[in-house]
Amino acid sequence: MSSYQPIIGLEVHIELSTKSKMFCWCSADYFGTDPNTHTCPICLGLPGAMPKANELAIKFAQKLGLALNCQVQLSSKFDRKNYFYPDLAKGFQISQYDLPFSGKGHLEIDTSTGRRAIEITRAHLEEDTGKLTHAVVEGEKVTLIDFNRSGVPLMEVVSEPQMNSAEEAKTYAQKLQQIVRYLEISDADMEKGSMRIEPNVSLRKAGGKSLPGYKVELKNINSFKFAQAAIEYEIKRQAEILNRQEVPTQETRGWNEQKSQTISQRTKELAHDYRYFPEPDLVPFVFDQNYFDEIKRGIPELPDKKTERFIREYQLSAYDVEILTRDKNTANYFEEALRVGKKFEIPTKHIANVIINKKPDIEKVLPAELIEGIVSARKAASIGQDELERIMREVLDKNPKAIEDYKKGKENAIMFLTGQIVKAASGKVDAKKVTFLLKERLK
Amino acid sequence: MKVDVTELTIKSASDLLAKKQIKAKELTEAFLKRAYGLNKKLNCYITISADVAQKQAEKVDKLIADNQPVGPTLGIPIAVKDMFTTRGIKTTAASRVLENYMPVYDATVISRLKEANTIFIGKTNQDAWAHGASGENSDFGPTKNPYDLIRVPGGSSSGSAAALAASTCLAATGTDTGGSIRQPAAFCNLVGLKPTYGRVSRYGIIAMASSLDAIGHFTKTVYDNALILSATAGPDSFDATCVQGAASDYTQGIHGGVKGLKIGLPREYYENLDEKIKKTILTAVKKLEGLGAKIEEVSLPHTEYGVATYYIIQPSEVSANLARYDGIRFGRDRSKFGAEAKRRIILGTYALSAGYYDAFYLKAMKVRRLIREDFLKVFRGVDVTICPTSPTLPFCLGQKVNDPLAMYLSDIYTVTANLVGVPSLNIPCGFIGHLPVGMQIIGPDFSEKLLYQVGYAYEQETKWYERKPSLA
Repeated sequence: MSSYQPIIGLEVHIELSTKSKMFCWCSADYFGTDPNTHTCPICLGLPGAMPKANELAIKFAQKLGLALNCQVQLSSKFDRKNYFYPDLAKGFQISQYDLPFSGKGHLEIDTSTGRRAIEITRAHLEEDTGKLTHAVVEGEKVTLIDFNRSGVPLMEVVSEPQMNSAEEAKTYAQKLQQIVRYLEISDADMEKGSMRIEPNVSLRKAGGKSLPGYKVELKNINSFKFAQAAIEYEIKRQAEILNRQEVPTQETRGWNEQKSQTISQRTKELAHDYRYFPEPDLVPFVFDQNYFDEIKRGIPELPDKKTERFIREYQLSAYDVEILTRDKNTANYFEEALRVGKKFEIPTKHIANVIINKKPDIEKVLPAELIEGIVSARKAASIGQDELERIMREVLDKNPKAIEDYKKGKENAIMFLTGQIVKAASGKVDAKKVTFLLKERLK
Repeated sequence: MKVDVTELTIKSASDLLAKKQIKAKELTEAFLKRAYGLNKKLNCYITISADVAQKQAEKVDKLIADNQPVGPTLGIPIAVKDMFTTRGIKTTAASRVLENYMPVYDATVISRLKEANTIFIGKTNQDAWAHGASGENSDFGPTKNPYDLIRVPGGSSSGSAAALAASTCLAATGTDTGGSIRQPAAFCNLVGLKPTYGRVSRYGIIAMASSLDAIGHFTKTVYDNALILSATAGPDSFDATCVQGAASDYTQGIHGGVKGLKIGLPREYYENLDEKIKKTILTAVKKLEGLGAKIEEVSLPHTEYGVATYYIIQPSEVSANLARYDGIRFGRDRSKFGAEAKRRIILGTYALSAGYYDAFYLKAMKVRRLIREDFLKVFRGVDVTICPTSPTLPFCLGQKVNDPLAMYLSDIYTVTANLVGVPSLNIPCGFIGHLPVGMQIIGPDFSEKLLYQVGYAYEQETKWYERKPSLA
């Protein structure tokens, strides 16, 4: 039994959340809409129709490229990627070949062996395809095509095969999702399909240097959990094959949720020839440094920087900061609450704890409201001690008759005294607690 | 009022309409009648859109009756090449694949021609998908040349040229990817413009080879040609390759003459030219010299690679552009493609394949740039160039159908303007026997006005358009 090192690379597709599609004016917000209602001659690929590039989608793509430390490309273009599939309206996909909007970059992830930079090969922009549904209509097996998704701007971020465990691959994908959401360029929702992960997995002998001569691509993954499970399954499966002195087949395998295993989809992996050539209907793009500077100015503080700053500035634990910065809105909420809380001298750690443990609905509770709650809770707590003692003494001194009555067995008298104390404390004490304390004292 | 429609031009018909000497309805009926009658002989229309034309004519008559402002192309009957998608009028590209295809939208040029209140007589026959130089690749039968029914009218815009030469309309639209307007214009004694790439929107016109396709038109006279371009040209937010800038009146300056203009004769275009055609063109050049133009010889050394370059780039783009015709959403499946379309799909697929791309497509793109540099250099020395449009006179039907290479060489003088992107205007320059000869006036990017100015000066002296075909 040999030991192996998994070699994992990730291809991640991200649908950009622009209002309109990549090459036409149709709404790109297709989720849950009736089939073929977000279509026009362009995204249906009707004869004569031509693409017009969505400039905002290009900016979004470049923004992500910059956030991933990618080399910016001063000149770029779209290319035609030729292949046939019923969901591909034009018989080719407009994509990018040799001049993607973003070149080499990297993304830092935290692994069990410390922080590591995973290299990004490229990040390019293309159009999404339509969606096929296999169904039975009037007793006949048919395939239905919905073109609402056809032409939605789609980014592809390709990593180098530099991850060595399912955990690392998951961390990488989650970090990428986090950055995309920080940039507000996509909701990157795996279940809705606006983020799709295709890991490629192979194994080499531990200590080996060269890449294995095969790789297995995994598809049909719609959650991080499944991504991890599929990769782990695949590592085990390939190790068993290698232990038999065989080489795993180069193929595409799909994750089967019910069986919790990967199933071969395409074994005879033909060498695809997409016959790329420059898209003649779109003129090449030339960008200058000013253009990229402008985009850079629009990039918010990203998770790594924010985490670093929170730890430094607020003296919080790495664990707390990780939770607070997981999404940008929570981080912003925390900082806004800090600003308001400062007036009331509420400790930073206390505010952090409330947000982490009580998980307020940040969509509904304003930071100021959260602070208000903390302040009044604090008041209630202080009355319970010295203040409550003082009020009780005062009330008892003023009502010797009631004390006598109680001692004679009149239960009503203790209720009267409780009422007086609660009133004197402006209602900021628990009546039951007061009754209990009175009974103790008057024993 | 009784008019002889064969004598009309856009300008003269427009005058009659404006002076209310004829109704658009009468004019339209006269042209429709002629179209129906001659189509049997010429096979120039795939669809005659009489209903549409009659409705448009009624609208025009109402506008005139209401004394609405009258545009220069109001009420003008036009024939439209079947590459242009027309909402509600069948659009076939002359292919069985699209035999019953009904577009749901209008090409930009069609919208503009509608806004200009022109009248659509019908959709014209052509080589299927615009692949061809004779019209014989149509899946609906070849079109015949009105000047000689045993000869081809040229192609691929065969039906448009024949329909206009036979006076079944006053203008006809075309597409020119390698000469598909200019060559049939030369074969049918017409003025045919291939505008600068980016001058006229390609949106909604079935793509042949997207980086070469130019959207132009045929007319009988140069002035008429400028009127149509004024209606069709201009920026379009649906075509990213269409240039910005306001639309223009292309008749402006048309009377300017040629005095002092420098006209270059590219040596390479005359070297192996048919003696009679050469003599005809040089006679026309002499005429321009007589009008004050300065003539000089120039050189476009990379011209010899034009056809080879064109037949790499064009089929490559064709192979991708025809991929959508899979029969899933509209039209019929791929088995309905004709031989020429299949030939180009295979050629293009091969040229773009891994391992061949660098040797073919990429190399062709480099040569394309060299050819363009030749032209830019020449236009630093002369205002325009003049050269033949076709190496031959209109040939006989069937003469070249079994020899694709000979057919491809029909484009030898025209493909370069498409590779380079510059505008080129075919002007009738005489007859050899009963067959028309045309010449091209080529100018720098966006020099259409200058081409009209030169063409108009020559036309005023010669008026070849007055020589009609005899169609009993």
